Amino acid sequence: MTRPGQSWGRYPQARQRIVPLTDRRQPLPQVDGSVLPYGNGRSYGDSCLNPDGTLLHLRGLDRFIAFDSASGVLRCEAGVTLADIIAIALPQGWFLPVTPGTRYVTVGGAIANDVHGKNHHGSGNFGHHLRCFELLRSDGSRQVCAPGEDLFAASVGGLGLTGAIVWAELQLRRVPGPWMEVESIRFGQLDDFFALSAQSAHSHEYTVAWIDCMARGRSLGRGHFLRADHAPGDAGRHVPASATPMAMPFTPPMSLVNRLSLRPLNALYYHRQRAPRRRDSVHYANYFYPLDGIGDWNRMYGPRGFFQHQCVLPPANARDGIAAMLGEISRDGGGSFLAVLKEFGEIPSLGLLSFPRPGTTLALDFPNGGPATFALLDRLDAIVAEAGGAVYPAKDARMSGRLFRSAYPQWPRFQAHIDPKFSSGFWRRVME
Amino acid sequence: MYRVLIIGATSAIAEATARVYAARGAALYLVGRDLDRLSAIAADLGVRGAGKTAVSAFDVNAYERHQDVLDAAWAEFGQIDLVLIAHGTLPDQAACEASAELALREFSTNGLSTIALATAIAPRLKSGSTLAAISSVAGDRGRASNYLYGSAKAAVSTFFSGLRQRLNADGINVLTIKPGFVDTPMTRSFKKGALWATPDRIARGIVDAIDKRRGVAYLPWFWWGIMQAIKNIPEFVFRRIKL
Ligand SMILES: Cc1cc2nc3c(=O)[nH]c(=O)nc-3n(C[C@H](O)[C@H](O)[C@H](O)COP(=O)(O)OP(=O)(O)OC[C@H]3O[C@@H](n4cnc5c(N)ncnc54)[C@H](O)[C@@H]3O)c2cc1C
Repeated sequence: MTRPGQSWGRYPQARQRIVPLTDRRQPLPQVDGSVLPYGNGRSYGDSCLNPDGTLLHLRGLDRFIAFDSASGVLRCEAGVTLADIIAIALPQGWFLPVTPGTRYVTVGGAIANDVHGKNHHGSGNFGHHLRCFELLRSDGSRQVCAPGEDLFAASVGGLGLTGAIVWAELQLRRVPGPWMEVESIRFGQLDDFFALSAQSAHSHEYTVAWIDCMARGRSLGRGHFLRADHAPGDAGRHVPASATPMAMPFTPPMSLVNRLSLRPLNALYYHRQRAPRRRDSVHYANYFYPLDGIGDWNRMYGPRGFFQHQCVLPPANARDGIAAMLGEISRDGGGSFLAVLKEFGEIPSLGLLSFPRPGTTLALDFPNGGPATFALLDRLDAIVAEAGGAVYPAKDARMSGRLFRSAYPQWPRFQAHIDPKFSSGFWRRVME
Repeated sequence: MYRVLIIGATSAIAEATARVYAARGAALYLVGRDLDRLSAIAADLGVRGAGKTAVSAFDVNAYERHQDVLDAAWAEFGQIDLVLIAHGTLPDQAACEASAELALREFSTNGLSTIALATAIAPRLKSGSTLAAISSVAGDRGRASNYLYGSAKAAVSTFFSGLRQRLNADGINVLTIKPGFVDTPMTRSFKKGALWATPDRIARGIVDAIDKRRGVAYLPWFWWGIMQAIKNIPEFVFRRIKL
């Protein structure tokens, strides 16, 4: 159970007042200072924190309002999690149109970061599947926002700053059942990734690659390419036991992810699959949410927490930029437990501050090793800036305001829609 | 279809319990004070799989309306398999010490109204059904910090103990639910420690106790041990400690 007031990276630590809202008809609670909506704390850095201010805890807005099992249109409160939605929709043949790598995010959080999944090339972001939502503003007004409207564009990917989303209506997508047909292809270097990605974008709904970021030289960028589709429901198959998920019961005094453990783990993962190609039927939970099986896995990084660094580089500079970043990491030796690579498609994002845009996205995790880690992340940011790319606010705790403002040029237009009562640690940091 | 009547259906524990029954396809009749909130909960339960839902607003302290509300529920569902009495407030102990009027009103909300409702419900129940009420571990021993609430819950627990004996022969199970600390809007301002449980966890415990036709359920289970220890502290010691 995440305690409200923390982010998933457990850095930075912040003091803030927590005020819950559990009834969607109630007005915004009156508080001194600024407020920020908080969903389920699955953002990594400070975009879901409001140091010395108030967090409006919205997880308690967890009621469904209506579901039409013929059309797949679902209306629910903003604190409903994606896991809750799957639980009611999948048995009726419906699934999320877009899902991030954990199902423990709220609908409000998914909208505020306009999250993406492995099907971005075909389905875009979470925001593309919204029919409308209601925004509660500090002046007491309630506005139902729909695609095409300014406040919709500001609030999708709006980092919780335009008001509190209290309910939303989304269009789910049909699936034949809970199973996925997954093909895993081992590849030896970075160029292979781009070839596989180009080849698979039209043939497969979901694509993503895992990179061994300890590899150097000719094998720089080697990894596994995973492409997948929903498979016909087959009642005969065995559903994995998820009744007793493992959990990190406590926070170890130091990070378990370090130089010593990373190299063998990455190599092991790369060599785990003997055959160059493998096809499997995989249960959706294991395919989409492999990490959800280990509760509180973020604790394994110890009390100082960890950073995720996710960027997107435009197509023209993607190959060289990613190679430069992987080279930087491999030279540093600090490594990343997980390096995920994915090509975004051409579908334009609807939000003024949405992260996805055409190009290649790389996501990395680093334990917080103090100044050395900050320095490495700054070097990665420099490569991103040079390439004309962007860093993902949902995963950020330290990018410079200058990088943010150049990567999100619509920020002045966005700023006009910020609710005067709303603010976040992230926003104050990048607007300095 | 399993038919459930919940009184105090907007409470966090009741709502979580109703979700378990909704997922099983049960019919749910929800009673509480706030019609808007009841309607929002009923819609949610419908999406979660409830076979049928109905709502009715009333205040448990309006004793003269008890029979009408129960008549309406029985008329709607024909028969009811489970009644869960879940309403309650957390009285301000200090304010109750300053005002006998307030003390009695809180005693009525947390104790007398449940006794009145159970009395009116008992003759309507058929063999195989269950009458459950949320009491509290606070009813096991009066403590300086909340004995108004505790004594009202003690009345409920003792009343239910007797009712359980009386209805046992008719095949009706009477269940006393005794939760410990639960993280709900009612206890929002409290500092939470390791003993605190979520409404979801309590709800699973309630449904399990109903399924197993148990008489008393401490939730989570470890409260049984804690309360054994607290009940056994001799009074001459107990009066001196702060709890
Ligand atoms: C293991 C893991 C995998 C992930 N994979 C992906 C991925 O593949 N793709 C991706 O895009 N992201 C991914 N993420 C990030 C995650 O999807 C986002 O951070 C998401 O926004 C978190 O939602 P939350 O409900 O936890 O919101 P929080 O983290 O609590 O808040 C996120 C933002 O939403 C705002 N907010 C929350 N609720 C509301 C509301 N009701 N109204 C207005 N604003 C609100 C907050 O102010 C904050 O700005 C991943 C995270 C984890 C931990």
